[in-house]
Amino acid sequence: MEVVDLASIPLRELNRRLHERADGPRSWRILNPNGAHAVACGLDTEIDVEIQGHVGYYCAGMNKLATVHVHGNAGTGLAENLMSGTVIVDGSASQSAGASGHGGLLVVHGDASARCGISMKGIDIVVRGSVGHLGAFMAQTGTLVVCGDAGEALGDSIYEARLYVRGEVAGLGADCVEKDLRDDHIAELSDLLARAGVEGVEAREFRRYGSARQLYNFKIDNAAAY
Amino acid sequence: MSNGAWHPGLRESYLYDRNVIAEIQRASREGIYDIRGFGAKRRLPHFDDLLFLGASVSRYPLEGYRERCDTDVVLGTRFATKPLELKIPVTIAGMSFGALSAQAKEAFGRGASEVGTATTTGDGGMTEEERTHSTTLVYQVLPSRYGLNPDDLRRADAIEIVVGQGAKPGGGGMLLGHKISDRVAAMRALPKGIDQRSACRHPDWTGPDDLEIKIHELREITDWEKPIFVKIGATRTYYDVQLAVKAGADVIVVDGMQGGTAATQDVFIEHVGIPTLPATRLAVQALQELDMHRKVQLIISGGIRTGADVAKALALGADAVSIGTAALIALGDNSPEYDEEYRKIGSASGFYDDWQAGRDPAGISTQDDKLSARLDPVLGGRRIANYLRVLTLETQTLARACGKSHVHNLEPEDLVALTVEAAAMARVPLAGTDWIPGRHSA
Repeated sequence: MEVVDLASIPLRELNRRLHERADGPRSWRILNPNGAHAVACGLDTEIDVEIQGHVGYYCAGMNKLATVHVHGNAGTGLAENLMSGTVIVDGSASQSAGASGHGGLLVVHGDASARCGISMKGIDIVVRGSVGHLGAFMAQTGTLVVCGDAGEALGDSIYEARLYVRGEVAGLGADCVEKDLRDDHIAELSDLLARAGVEGVEAREFRRYGSARQLYNFKIDNAAAY
Repeated sequence: MSNGAWHPGLRESYLYDRNVIAEIQRASREGIYDIRGFGAKRRLPHFDDLLFLGASVSRYPLEGYRERCDTDVVLGTRFATKPLELKIPVTIAGMSFGALSAQAKEAFGRGASEVGTATTTGDGGMTEEERTHSTTLVYQVLPSRYGLNPDDLRRADAIEIVVGQGAKPGGGGMLLGHKISDRVAAMRALPKGIDQRSACRHPDWTGPDDLEIKIHELREITDWEKPIFVKIGATRTYYDVQLAVKAGADVIVVDGMQGGTAATQDVFIEHVGIPTLPATRLAVQALQELDMHRKVQLIISGGIRTGADVAKALALGADAVSIGTAALIALGDNSPEYDEEYRKIGSASGFYDDWQAGRDPAGISTQDDKLSARLDPVLGGRRIANYLRVLTLETQTLARACGKSHVHNLEPEDLVALTVEAAAMARVPLAGTDWIPGRHSA
């Protein structure tokens, strides 16, 4: 276990070392992040990174392969453009968590703020708590699971992403509708909850939302929806 | 109606000319706004409204063909450890694979590389063809994030954060469903055949303070090697440039309203943004007031067609220019060779602007395999290289005439304006006077 204390080591030095691929340490513990931005971003190897404290913007941004676990809260753009690997936050995440993520798994054990999963492109996101407004805005593919409530305009302008919400939905965005929860969805959801380590929640308690596919091609009759 | 049908007594309205009448009729018939490619078609104040004062008694010219006039430029000297070193101050602007065929993107890479300059990706990500054939490739980070990935970020030579473009500042993009081939759909992680909207705002930052943190993240991911460009559509250019500098940009790209687009509403193209001419002067002023002129490099685009346009942009203080529409034309867009086919689809060579439609006879703005196969990327690359060489030679010709041994030594003092408007916008004197409208006397 390699321990790096950001109270004494510059962030640049930390990220430079994390980017070194050959024969480096496989496990890292980062102390005193103190809300620093861009902590452990751009990782590209199968390493485990534990961060002891709160992080600022873009923690684990564009991550590939690595597992990053934040024992605290995370700022804007957590795991933005995630490609693969796993990012876990014990606390809550600010806005745009998992934005434009292409793959991998993001788990937020607290709440996530506005625009969680915006423009998601294949990422799986599991939020133990609730999400704010415009969750999964323009979401393309992937899965957003919300164990708590979802704010206004969930799934606005959604494409093919699948949304599961266990609690209340304050409102659906343009072209987002509730859909049947079939057995294959329950299986998918159960698997995701298990992978995320979320316990005490049953897949059957969720409702499923997705695209009505009415705005995929411009039609003048839909002008009021734009 | 052709002009041949005119006879005395037929008086066309200035307010309701034939184009206006045709558009009202089209709108009432189709019920949707006009979407097209190309850039602004209205007459705008431009570099044509400026002239160079060549050397004579009070200035010394340089001998053409004998005395050197250098053209090299280095972009990204502020923070990047690997700035771009280009042989000429003209780059190829960002244009997407999707909007353009893979052959067109490859041709840009071939042509730009042959003359030692850069080309730029676009919405939808980086194709193998353009990476392989581009010695220097700028990778765009756009609001849609289509195809964005850290591998391409790391194998790019520079990164361009696109905030906006001159044809549609404040607007996102669109790629209509009939241009979404299997390959384009896969690169963008969206179903085939649907209209693909590109967002107008980035998903994970809002405003200049966030942008500063975003730039920092991109530098950390790429270990501070790559120059980071910020591209803005010309509107509140003075403030936008200062904020981009504050956010940490190495290079700022300002795209005037004449800048082209593959698909945007006509009303947007013609009515939003400011022309390239005042935008250039405002951007330079913003940099100078921060003492960042030449430290943060400035690239100007939007209506650059000739070496005269290049030279005038440089004289006003730009470090380089980018070409988009002109590069497409150099590649074969609007070629008379295809006039008959343009007419079959309701246009004509010299007028074709339906780049959104995907039926381009020249094989450039299309994803149709048969059409795009018409464009030979090797021949296209040669045309691009030829055109870039002509732009460079013309720029050198004008610079030597002004006595400059490097094109960057051109300066506003070398220029006068033909119109009051251009004099005010460029802050150079009206020809034959020492009057600069809007400049306060001491």
